[in-house]
Amino acid sequence: MTLLKFEGVRIEAPGRTLLEDLSFEMASGEMVALVGESGSGKTLAARAILRLLPPNVRQSAGRIELLGRDLTQMSAQQLQTVRGAQAGMVFQEPMVSLNPAMTIERQLAEGMRLHLRLPAAEIRRRSIAMLARVRIRDPLRCLKSYPHEFSGGMRQRIMLASVLLLQPKLLIADEPTTALDTLSQREVLELMVELARDTGAAVLLITHDLGLVARYTTRAVVLEKGRLMETGTTPQILTNPRNPYTRRLVESLPRGHGDVAGVPEAAAKILEVRDVSIDYPGRPGLFRAGPAKRVVHGVSLEVRAGEIVALVGASGSGKSTLGRAVLGLKPLAGGTVRFDGVDLAGLSAEQLRRFRRSAQLVFQDPYSSLDPRLRIRDIIAASLRNTADKDGRVQAILEEVGLPSFGSRFPHQISGGQRQRVAIARAVISRPRLVVADEPVSALDMTIQQQVLALFQRLQTQYGFACLFITHDLAVVKQIASRVVVMSAGAIVEAGSVAEVFRSPQHEYTRELLEATPTLAIPESGRSSR
Amino acid sequence: MLAYIAKRLLLTLPTLLLVSVGVFLFIRLIPGDPALVMLGDGADAASLAGLRADLGLDRPLPVQYVTWLGHAVRGDLGRSIFSGEPVGTLILQHFGLTAVVVLTAVTFATLVAIAAGLIAAWRQNSKVDLAIVGAATVVLAVPSFWLGLLLLLLFGVKLGWLPFVGYVPFSESAAQAALFLVMPIVTLTITESGVLTRMMRASSLDVLHLDYVTHARAKGLPESTVLIRHVFPNAFAPTLTLVGLTLGHLLGGVAVIETVFTLPGLGRLMVDSVLARDYPVVQGCLLFTAVVYVLVNLLVDLCYPIFDPRVTAR
Amino acid sequence: MSTQAKLGSALVGVLLLAVLLGLAWMPFDPNAIDLDHLLAAPSAHHWFGTDEFGRDVLSRAMLGARISVLIALGAVALAIAAGTTLGLLAGYLRGWTDRVLMMVTDAVLAFPSILLALALIAVLGSSDSSIVFALATGYTPSVVRVVRSAVLSIREREFIEASRVAGDNAFQTMTWHVLPNIVPPVVVLATSLFGWALLSESALSFLGVGVPPPAPTWGNMLSASRTYMDVASWLSIAPGLCIAGTLLGINLLGDALRDWLDPRGRT
Repeated sequence: MTLLKFEGVRIEAPGRTLLEDLSFEMASGEMVALVGESGSGKTLAARAILRLLPPNVRQSAGRIELLGRDLTQMSAQQLQTVRGAQAGMVFQEPMVSLNPAMTIERQLAEGMRLHLRLPAAEIRRRSIAMLARVRIRDPLRCLKSYPHEFSGGMRQRIMLASVLLLQPKLLIADEPTTALDTLSQREVLELMVELARDTGAAVLLITHDLGLVARYTTRAVVLEKGRLMETGTTPQILTNPRNPYTRRLVESLPRGHGDVAGVPEAAAKILEVRDVSIDYPGRPGLFRAGPAKRVVHGVSLEVRAGEIVALVGASGSGKSTLGRAVLGLKPLAGGTVRFDGVDLAGLSAEQLRRFRRSAQLVFQDPYSSLDPRLRIRDIIAASLRNTADKDGRVQAILEEVGLPSFGSRFPHQISGGQRQRVAIARAVISRPRLVVADEPVSALDMTIQQQVLALFQRLQTQYGFACLFITHDLAVVKQIASRVVVMSAGAIVEAGSVAEVFRSPQHEYTRELLEATPTLAIPESGRSSR
Repeated sequence: MLAYIAKRLLLTLPTLLLVSVGVFLFIRLIPGDPALVMLGDGADAASLAGLRADLGLDRPLPVQYVTWLGHAVRGDLGRSIFSGEPVGTLILQHFGLTAVVVLTAVTFATLVAIAAGLIAAWRQNSKVDLAIVGAATVVLAVPSFWLGLLLLLLFGVKLGWLPFVGYVPFSESAAQAALFLVMPIVTLTITESGVLTRMMRASSLDVLHLDYVTHARAKGLPESTVLIRHVFPNAFAPTLTLVGLTLGHLLGGVAVIETVFTLPGLGRLMVDSVLARDYPVVQGCLLFTAVVYVLVNLLVDLCYPIFDPRVTAR
Repeated sequence: MSTQAKLGSALVGVLLLAVLLGLAWMPFDPNAIDLDHLLAAPSAHHWFGTDEFGRDVLSRAMLGARISVLIALGAVALAIAAGTTLGLLAGYLRGWTDRVLMMVTDAVLAFPSILLALALIAVLGSSDSSIVFALATGYTPSVVRVVRSAVLSIREREFIEASRVAGDNAFQTMTWHVLPNIVPPVVVLATSLFGWALLSESALSFLGVGVPPPAPTWGNMLSASRTYMDVASWLSIAPGLCIAGTLLGINLLGDALRDWLDPRGRT
């Protein structure tokens, strides 16, 4: 029986059409994915169901029916009975998804009081039961606490509890795990699917991650720039996409078979890290700083000339901190870092600055790593400060990264993917021997990700620099690196060639990580692209 | 929570200390012999010597400071040159009236600001919003003393509805006293509500766009509940800080209102003392208002966790 | 330009006109006493009427505009120069420099600005320069705070790290990357400080401790008008209107400026 029906839905903002003529259906108990990149209109479509569109944005045409009733025609009062009780929504950002000024108990109880009219004792009982169900360890204490006392993953689980306590028939999940690390992602999604099955709720999963689509959904609706591109069953969409955009999307997934060629054993060691420990300074107290926290414990690794070594770990594992310490940007609490045989600790400030020319960093965030006040060509030329033929070299590198006419533009005038290409150009122009790339593509859309990764690979082959590639995405590791180092809680748990580690992981953490990474493997067809 | 309170209390101490040093050095800033400046050219040697001894001017500076601080902490701030009365007594006498006017006005202004700010943000860009923002902007530009003058002109001089000169203390007649205070309080309420409304509106707008507000609506909660339970507590925190700052700033700013309506308040005391070069009183007023300001902000800081529990964790 | 920017510019334009025009010509001599026309109501001859000495109120208002604007500009310039330097140092260098500067700033901020100005004027006398200095002292801590907080948020941005990676030292990073990026909040602050300074100067003159007569400022004109409220109410309206109109213009322009500077360099 049709649970949700979109018919010719159109969403507009003044002067722009954000979603055009969207039509699709969902049956009870189904798990359907609404897939697209940024700007596809998928979030707006989801919000339109409960009429939660942002100010200035409105649904200008079409109908949305839930269990046969047209939601677009309902009055505010009627809509309030639907919201929460018939259809519930889970949001993306755990940091702002719960009211920071209210205890968990009150937030959980609000909806139940309104829709289910239960006595206080029963509400409390159900809250505790549901919190235990979402694997919160101490439900009683949780009730009395405030959201800021919990981590991102826990907050998402609390939000799931809050929504499912009202037993809605439809659960709208708007990128519920995008902001979480791989292991938490898996936990939350598995829970969501379990609970949905228990209560018989259908799930509309809004996501850009095809891996999740493959693993959890039975049907998919693909959107691009506000238009419906294709609908169909998940296996069909992933293995045999009919629409060219869908095909591009499927192909843009990082694909590697773990067969990136390594470098010979005898190759020169560009980077040697021995027993490095790094402390995070304690919080400044009244008269002196608080105790320091050790975030990296006795780590050792090597990067040889011309090879790409991936440094993998969850957020908080210390990988970014290590990446910066390797460039001399963070003080060491112990151990040594040698670049081309020279100990960094012994360098004077002037020597350190010269060293910086041959070791560069590509940052993660395309929006804050470029000075908004400078033009692109000045940003790229920064590390060439006193070199001859600066302009010529800047223009040459701009052409190589595919942005030949962008030199005079400002960062806010170009897109995220283009900014990352500028960041790469800036890093590569001084012909460094080592490039540390800190999650350079994580913040980009899938199709753009693939483009930027391909560019990076090409430049690395061409210029032959050694690279320490920091990422949390195992699929990217397979595509680009020949060796991998796995970090957890500040220590290295496993290291080796990509082929070996992926085929037979030795450490439990590595195994968990591999299992948690969604792949595109479809049970029926034999074709697996990861 | 206790740690938060203790930390806040401790943090005020260095500020208070620096404040006392500043106030102490203030008199020493006066060019020339302070005793001579205070008593004037016509004073005889004996009085000058006496005053110098009183002020302890013959001893080294740090010792003078400690002595002065010792006295000040016990409430002894010297005597007024003008009237001979103890400065502490003078200040307390005048402070009562100022406190009543300022506290009442700020309370009303805050209430107005909360309501107006929330509504304006909720109905952003509607006619109501534009009217509220427009009114707040105009009010911000109107000096309090001019508004007071205009009100006085209209309701006091031209219409004769309210008394406007002088003051009747509460001890004599509460009703009469209240009448005298209507215009000053209304003036201050209007002028201070401008900036508070704008702040409340701005922070409400920020909060209204956050996911947890949408989440509250998605639960099916009526708009009024969403605004009162979810938006208001989270949006109010910055406005609360501003209220603290306003209270402090008004301790000085009220001087103009007291001048317009001829009220014997603390601001007027300070101005008169400056004009009369009555330095002990000026010094005492400075110290007193600074200490009150620090304490008021401490109180505001302590109320903050009610609206934003996250601060106790930091 | 938005309506508020247009209105703001119009009002500030009138102020500028009054000041600049007044340098060359005024309808009457602001100090000329005219015993035949004491307390005359506004007319075609005297647009704002005359005061208790027969002096033309409009001319006095124009002269007052010049005096107030000069004082306010002086105070703001001084406060911005001192405050930006200190704020940059505190925000970028952190550590003890930051702690000491913040303690001193908080201590100065504990005094209501009017009272602080009053106290300084009590010591320094009532000249124009002492008023400028007194006001600037009161505003510098706010500038330090704003600049420091802007620097703190900028220095966490990755392009600052990128500058170090490219090989700049602390001074170079501060000058080339941090300073240009804190210009927007400082400019917005300067506009509101200018409005504040005008208001404070009027308040001080109203209280009788600002610019001394016979030099006219809107504040002391308002103060003098109180004695004649029942017979010459226009004396209480004109100067106040000038203050309110100017402040409104400055606030509107400041808001428009903030809106204009904000979207750039953001996502």
